[in-house]
Amino acid sequence: MAVYKLTYKSYEGESTPAWSRFLVPARFNYAKLTSIRFLMLFMTVSMFYPIYGAIYVYLSANPSFLATMGFMPFEIDGKFFFTFCQVQGTLSYLLVAFISPSLVSWDISNGALQLYFCRPFSRLEYVLGKLAVILPLLSIITWIPALILFGIKSSISEWSWTTENWWLGRSAVLSMMLWCVLLSLIGLAISSTVKRRVAAAAVILCLYFGGAGLAGAINLVMGIESGALFDLAKVVETIWADLLRFDSGSSMTVWSAWITLAILAAICLWLLNRRIRSFEVIK
Amino acid sequence: MEIIELSGLGVRFGKREILSDLRATLSSRSIGLLGPNGAGKSTLIQALLGFCPISSGTASILGLDVMRDRNRIRSLIGYMPENDALIANMTAVSMVRMMGELSGMHAKAALERAHEVLFYVGLGEARYRELGTYSLGMRQLAKLAQAIVHGPKLLILDEPTNGLDPPARQRMIRLIHEMIDSQKMHVVICSHLLADVEETCEEVLILKNGRIVHHSNLAEERLANKRFVEIETFGDLQGFDEQLTGLGYPCTVDVKGRFKLELPADFDMRRIYGFAAERDLQLRRVSYRQDTLEEIFLKAMET
Repeated sequence: MAVYKLTYKSYEGESTPAWSRFLVPARFNYAKLTSIRFLMLFMTVSMFYPIYGAIYVYLSANPSFLATMGFMPFEIDGKFFFTFCQVQGTLSYLLVAFISPSLVSWDISNGALQLYFCRPFSRLEYVLGKLAVILPLLSIITWIPALILFGIKSSISEWSWTTENWWLGRSAVLSMMLWCVLLSLIGLAISSTVKRRVAAAAVILCLYFGGAGLAGAINLVMGIESGALFDLAKVVETIWADLLRFDSGSSMTVWSAWITLAILAAICLWLLNRRIRSFEVIK
Repeated sequence: MEIIELSGLGVRFGKREILSDLRATLSSRSIGLLGPNGAGKSTLIQALLGFCPISSGTASILGLDVMRDRNRIRSLIGYMPENDALIANMTAVSMVRMMGELSGMHAKAALERAHEVLFYVGLGEARYRELGTYSLGMRQLAKLAQAIVHGPKLLILDEPTNGLDPPARQRMIRLIHEMIDSQKMHVVICSHLLADVEETCEEVLILKNGRIVHHSNLAEERLANKRFVEIETFGDLQGFDEQLTGLGYPCTVDVKGRFKLELPADFDMRRIYGFAAERDLQLRRVSYRQDTLEEIFLKAMET
């Protein structure tokens, strides 16, 4: 029907495969996000540390150059990747606080979810569609640079280094992937629960930075150390340190850190299940 | 062909029963869903769309079970919700295109259709504006556009004229008429505005407290040629009312001397004029009319 023929006509064309439809909202979300200059700037800034890391890795393989410059030779080990995880992990958290409210809150606050779900499109596909936006963006600044750094180190080192340290690359990628999935769930769950975008971003940031304060206060008042379980950064750093075989000095046990993350992920999934619905029952 | 079939459908939220034992077969091209606020109209639509769980019975749309064939049903229907269900930071053309793609259209076809339906509903010039900047009437039209973009077989409109000024309402009614007349889709209109339903629907289902209190085919009722006669008198009745009642047809009279009679088509009206002449009673007004939807509705509410 041409636009000048103002009569109703039905659509008789072919349909797309059902499995691919979760990518539709993701595509539209990408189009919206890539038009935000701040996001592009943030992504650029987020690459500074990986570039610094690449230079560092390159220099580690040139002890003669380091000696000329008066530096001590250094190794690429668990500590290097642990620091990488800390820096990029914090940046990825800020990224989630920035993008996830704009992905979900618009739909929730305007009651648009029923427009999605009155079509052959499920709640799971909706969440997958949103994850398809957040996860690749997080991957660009987390595990992909970690893998590239490991690749650079492997390529400029002897084969024996790669065979002895392949676990380092695997652990760095695994650490960052774990963080990406958890962050995505946290971002989506909070954004779907708090309708206002600014408030949702504030709550996401509060969970990370406020958690450290809460943990400190609990430890101080109750004279215990398990308050650190409320400190998300501490919890995840304990797991990263364990995976990267690095002693971070954390008194938290690894299994308690894993259980804390599992509980947090379960809460996020529960919130998503409650909030991503086509209708609300008002009691 | 049965469009919607309700077989003892019941919906319960917690301990509260919202819909109970709904049984009806709706088969007209345009179906009106009426009822006072809280009657369960929107819940019935949500149950048909598979949004809320069915606690008892079953329902089918276009011969497909609403629970078992949910995805197939959803690809065949278009839904215009009652509330402001729009993505405010998207342009109309992007939103309608995305909804088309979610319904299974290819990206290129969806973009083409988005432009077409936005022109069709009258938002052609405003299609690149963000939906958040739209007026209430424009939002209603945008919701209609997203509901028809994929060419559904059944269009469900929940309060389509809510908040519209008279010209905008007329425009919406005209669009609904056009779509019904296109013979390509069936329309279900859920409204508490009787005039909207009367203007557009052939069949009507009236709900009250989650139950069906009336189900009739308006077109058939109109064709049945029942003659409702309203007679307004002036003067002393002197047994005129008893004579009318004595005819044996349904007759009501109010204190102001106004009579309402339901007469067969072949009834000779000269008999009534004769009764009045015998008593020298003035007949100020005699009007023939059919039962309006308002009367059907009010009768249904009394049950």
